[in-house]
Amino acid sequence: MNFEFTEEQQMIRQAARDYAQRELIKDVIERDEKAIFPTEHIKKLSELGFMGMLVNSKYEGGGMDTISYVLAMEEISKVDSSVGVIISVNNSLVCFGIEKYGTEEQKEKWLKPLARGEKIGAFLLSEPGAGSDATSQKTTAIDMGDHYLVNGVKNWITSGNSASTYIVIAQTDKEKGHKGINALLVDKNSPGITVGIHENKMGMRSSDTHSVQFTDVKVPKENRLGDDGFGFKFAMKTLEGGRIGIASQALGIASGAYELAVKYAKERKAFGTEIINHQAIAFKLADMATEIEAARFLCLKAAWLKDQNLPYGNASAMAKLYAAETAMKVTTEAVQIHGGYGYVKEYHVERMMRDAKLTQIYEGTSEIQKIVISRAIATDSL
Amino acid sequence: MSVLVYIENFNGKIKKQSFELASYASKVAAGMDTFPLALVTGKIDDSELQKLGSYGIKKTFKAENKFFSVQNDRLLAQLIKQVAEKEQAELLLFSDNATGKALAPRLSVKLKAGLVSGVVAEPISISPFVIAKRVFSGKASAKVQINAPIKILTLAVNAFGLHEQAVNNEITTIEPNFDLNDESLKIVEKKEKNEGISLFDADIVVSGGRGMKGPENWKPLEELAKTLGAATACSRPVSDDGWRGHEEHVGQTGKVIAPNLYLAVGISGATQHVAGISRSKCIVAINNDADAPIFEVADYGVLGDAMQVLPKLTEAFNAFKGE
Amino acid sequence: MKLLVCISNVPDTTTKVKFTDNQTRFDSSGVQWIINPWDELALTRAVDLKEDGSNPINEVVVITVGLTNTEPTLRKCLAIGADKAIRIDTEPKDAYFVSQQIASYVKTNAFDFVIFGIESGDYNGSSVGAMVAEWLDIPSVSSVSGIRFNGNQALIERDTPTGKEQIEVNGTAVLVVQKGFAKEPKIPNMRGIMMARQKPLEVIPAVAAEALTNYVGFELPQPKAKVKMIDADNMAELVKLLSTEAKVL
Repeated sequence: MNFEFTEEQQMIRQAARDYAQRELIKDVIERDEKAIFPTEHIKKLSELGFMGMLVNSKYEGGGMDTISYVLAMEEISKVDSSVGVIISVNNSLVCFGIEKYGTEEQKEKWLKPLARGEKIGAFLLSEPGAGSDATSQKTTAIDMGDHYLVNGVKNWITSGNSASTYIVIAQTDKEKGHKGINALLVDKNSPGITVGIHENKMGMRSSDTHSVQFTDVKVPKENRLGDDGFGFKFAMKTLEGGRIGIASQALGIASGAYELAVKYAKERKAFGTEIINHQAIAFKLADMATEIEAARFLCLKAAWLKDQNLPYGNASAMAKLYAAETAMKVTTEAVQIHGGYGYVKEYHVERMMRDAKLTQIYEGTSEIQKIVISRAIATDSL
Repeated sequence: MSVLVYIENFNGKIKKQSFELASYASKVAAGMDTFPLALVTGKIDDSELQKLGSYGIKKTFKAENKFFSVQNDRLLAQLIKQVAEKEQAELLLFSDNATGKALAPRLSVKLKAGLVSGVVAEPISISPFVIAKRVFSGKASAKVQINAPIKILTLAVNAFGLHEQAVNNEITTIEPNFDLNDESLKIVEKKEKNEGISLFDADIVVSGGRGMKGPENWKPLEELAKTLGAATACSRPVSDDGWRGHEEHVGQTGKVIAPNLYLAVGISGATQHVAGISRSKCIVAINNDADAPIFEVADYGVLGDAMQVLPKLTEAFNAFKGE
Repeated sequence: MKLLVCISNVPDTTTKVKFTDNQTRFDSSGVQWIINPWDELALTRAVDLKEDGSNPINEVVVITVGLTNTEPTLRKCLAIGADKAIRIDTEPKDAYFVSQQIASYVKTNAFDFVIFGIESGDYNGSSVGAMVAEWLDIPSVSSVSGIRFNGNQALIERDTPTGKEQIEVNGTAVLVVQKGFAKEPKIPNMRGIMMARQKPLEVIPAVAAEALTNYVGFELPQPKAKVKMIDADNMAELVKLLSTEAKVL
């Protein structure tokens, strides 16, 4: 056992922290309020290497390990979890999927621009009638010989409009069930793609979420990731890694709200003393600190397993479940500690509370994580 | 044996910091059973130099050569060495400003003298020579011992104050005994800004923070500064956001100042800011947040909105000046 | 052109300062060490000048005087963009001692500018830069707030108490830089962080040198008196107190 981070890991955490505390903080309230996509920040974060930090430097990525990724995601999300989710989807769903399962040609063409941050990626799995239940895909990719013809609607797509590279999960052969599903690389500007209006969300408002409609979209065969019928497995494997990203994002929301609550509790006085000296507040902070630390260890454990090339699906499910629940609880308490101030935008914690809610829902709800974990228990594979 | 003080002047007028240094030198020299000498460079009238006698300086050397009217550290250091050696100075004193910080280290090397910069009081003992200075940007003070026959100190500005003690001051002109040709540095352009008062020299500083809400609200703050003959300053977020120029930024990574009176308006008082002002004699904080940490370091506090308090304060100062 | 940026390894600026051994030694337990903030600005500008490409700078070297515990700070400098780091392997005793170490390195390795931050955040000495200039008998420019290049000619901007000066320097010079030299410290990018370990970090032995001063003790400041609150509608009272009680008017 070794709880020390390497120098590189510490430098990455500090770099993420510096950028978040110095730059993201400046306009985070306005971007949330007006639902503005953080274009300039994503550009600068790309220059720093965060958009493709997990991609091998051979493909122009940062070549960092997953531990560093957890640390960076936490620091970014402490201030702005919308930026956190944009980085997470790009790294752990889109880039990871192409790097792990794509051909050299696909990596050259699609991965490099994503790793450099010149392009943003989106992962198109959810549908109006199919969320985590990926086998109920209604979007079809019919084999036309030299290309697929894609038709259908995808929902709740993070970076749906700001992305230009899509990974689309679609059903090629319904007969074959989940073995008839394919994952395709699609350029957003292909004819037949219609991006729906920006969803007016409760939280994570600075990240754009859209539905995307496909009408007879031609996708060349060479854009398929993996063998024919690999799409379902591709989606499941990719989501395992994605959970580490979202778990770390939730961790960041929690620890960001906690830091603000501690600062406030040390400054704010009531009944003649700083409120941190009142047990009602002090005990809340003790619980928050402990739960955050536990969530952090779960995230780091999942990341460590991934870095060691060991199975991490259960660990990432646990990390995502616990971190998301912790984020919701901690942000709610942070608002409570702030009292009336916590309910106004200027003090940040109300935004964090709204943002936290989504971490319990997307990339597999808390309930789905429990299914993953409990199935592993039942099959003695935890 | 003697104590040698380097006196700075600006356009022929001796700086207040230098009178303070002269006061300090007289006090320290008495404690060391010796006497203070001053060295002045550049064009300056004897009548102005006589003023040093009011602060206990018994002998003043002046070097008027035009080479000394611009700051060339190398030549100035050589001249100071010449005088220090001739007068057997065992202690050299400089103000802890840009000039002193440039010259004192050079003399330390030239004379193999132990240097302590930014001292705030007289020596604690003279044998061994031990003196206090502030360290960790004001978060602590340290006692430093100098283990060399010749000592050099730079005195923190406004740390000692002016102490009059009239003596007869004899003025002697000296000539450098070395080659003055040095073409390693050439000033190609000089810009003077005459508006306002230098932050380092100001007795009173009025400073604004984020609580001022925007650059358009600085008028009442400037009015107050004008009434008080004060310099204006600001906190880091204000200069970072371009509300005010970076030369006004006071704090750990900006300017570190020590005026008699520092008025912090709408400044919350982050530790980095406090590091730049904590040596002020008196701090007044005006802030509408009763829990702002600035009130922990302030001597006087006013709870209220800057826009409303500033005009009232200006009015009160005007009334005071009228009395 | 080659630039040498001199780095102090100092406690993070938010550190709560404590002392140990009967208040004679700084207690470094639990302290996070950082690049001295002014040195970091100096390095940022040096790296920017080099990376810009339109300037004649082709190498940026950083140097520190210290033991192995300073290496993470040097590697951070390499991550930010320095090409090479030098550690002179000895405990930094005082400015007189440290300046001889750096001067000795510069004597045998040609540089065009040797750059220092205005002061270090620990002992606030502000003297190593000018001492190095004196050991080397080269010019130094203090209060430097900017640097530009006109072809191969460097133009140094210096703040004076009353304005600004533009200075041309011939030959090697020491620059002591302050706020304004760079706006904000550079955040290292991933590539820089990855490269840091591959870049040279040379450890060289110290030269024989004396120290002329030593710290004999430390004290924390006395807690100050509580703030006196004045009613916002009674500014005459504040003015009166400032005049009669604080005596600052």
